[in-house]
Amino acid sequence: MNIHRPVRDYIQRNLVVFEDDMEWTDDTNIFQLGLVHSLFAMQLLQYIESEFRIVIENEDMDIRHFNSVNQIAAFIANKLDVATQGSQAREG
Amino acid sequence: MNTTTSDAVVAIIGAGTMGTCIAADMLFHGKQVVLVDISEQALGQARQEIAKVIRFAPAINKALASIDPAEAMASIQFTTELRAVAECPYIIENVTEDLAIKEALYTELASYMDKDSFIAVNTSCVSITRLAGLTRDPRQVIGVHFMNPSYMKPTVEVIKGFHTSETCIERTVQLLRELEKEAIIVNDYPGFVTNRISHLFMNEAAFVVQDGVAEPAQVDEIFKKCYGHKMGPLETADLIGLDTVVRSLDVLYQSYADSKFRCCPLLRKMVDAKLLGRKTGKGFFTYGIQ
Repeated sequence: MNIHRPVRDYIQRNLVVFEDDMEWTDDTNIFQLGLVHSLFAMQLLQYIESEFRIVIENEDMDIRHFNSVNQIAAFIANKLDVATQGSQAREG
Repeated sequence: MNTTTSDAVVAIIGAGTMGTCIAADMLFHGKQVVLVDISEQALGQARQEIAKVIRFAPAINKALASIDPAEAMASIQFTTELRAVAECPYIIENVTEDLAIKEALYTELASYMDKDSFIAVNTSCVSITRLAGLTRDPRQVIGVHFMNPSYMKPTVEVIKGFHTSETCIERTVQLLRELEKEAIIVNDYPGFVTNRISHLFMNEAAFVVQDGVAEPAQVDEIFKKCYGHKMGPLETADLIGLDTVVRSLDVLYQSYADSKFRCCPLLRKMVDAKLLGRKTGKGFFTYGIQ
């Protein structure tokens, strides 16, 4: 499952476009660089839950886990992995 | 539920952007809320938004305690009945920034509210003294200018109306303290301190763009990089909504009869063209699909 691309596309669609030549990578801290408004974080968390059908627990509610595409993708992959393992254990 | 505070139940009239975020802020701080709006649709949207904020806002503001969403939502009543404010000792009014709408509301409110209740007018420009004059007891009315989004902002501009009592000020400061906010208390003239000054910035920035002096991005860069402001005036105008900015400028212009508040024609033209800022995806800047 490709996680990076949809996450990156979603952030790209929500950038505050002030500088047309702004370049950013999957490691860019999107909040620190001001690419998105801090309130966008809430929208991003909601998107992650609905798009990848995972639940972000209270203990994970820290924007530091969601600062870049790579961090977000790692978080989602970990959640999906845990969910898959749980499901396999139940089936076994 | 914290019931030891002076105002455990707070009524909020108007479930728009501000009413919604203030309601969420109250729930984070253990208050019970009665949220009133004439529109069922607005209340439905508010319910969704509050549920989202309760879950996700602690991620961006560590000062907010994580609370049980189900418990929080059980502490708020959504209603279209204005009479529901009757039992509430503290009422925050957030209806549309239109004098006729506010005046009609205050007239109706007078027949429902308890004589000992306080009213906080959450307005950006309208005179507190004028609205207080429509109530039974103008001593019980005060201006409280919450910033957007309330749950992220630690400071509030509080405005004394001509007749506002010391008791009313104390209760308001106490309530804000319970919301972990500092109150800066000022006197009443339209626009107070915040908008009387900020709208001059935004309006003149629009004139600068209209006159071809600089591009919007340049104007904002100068404010951010030269003055160290967190946001530029045009970015701020886009965030507020250009229609709201124009309405506030019109109120200031009418209130002071001073040409310095005349609305920039470019701003009015952009509103006519539905370039309202973030909420329509385009204003002085372009925004992604939200």
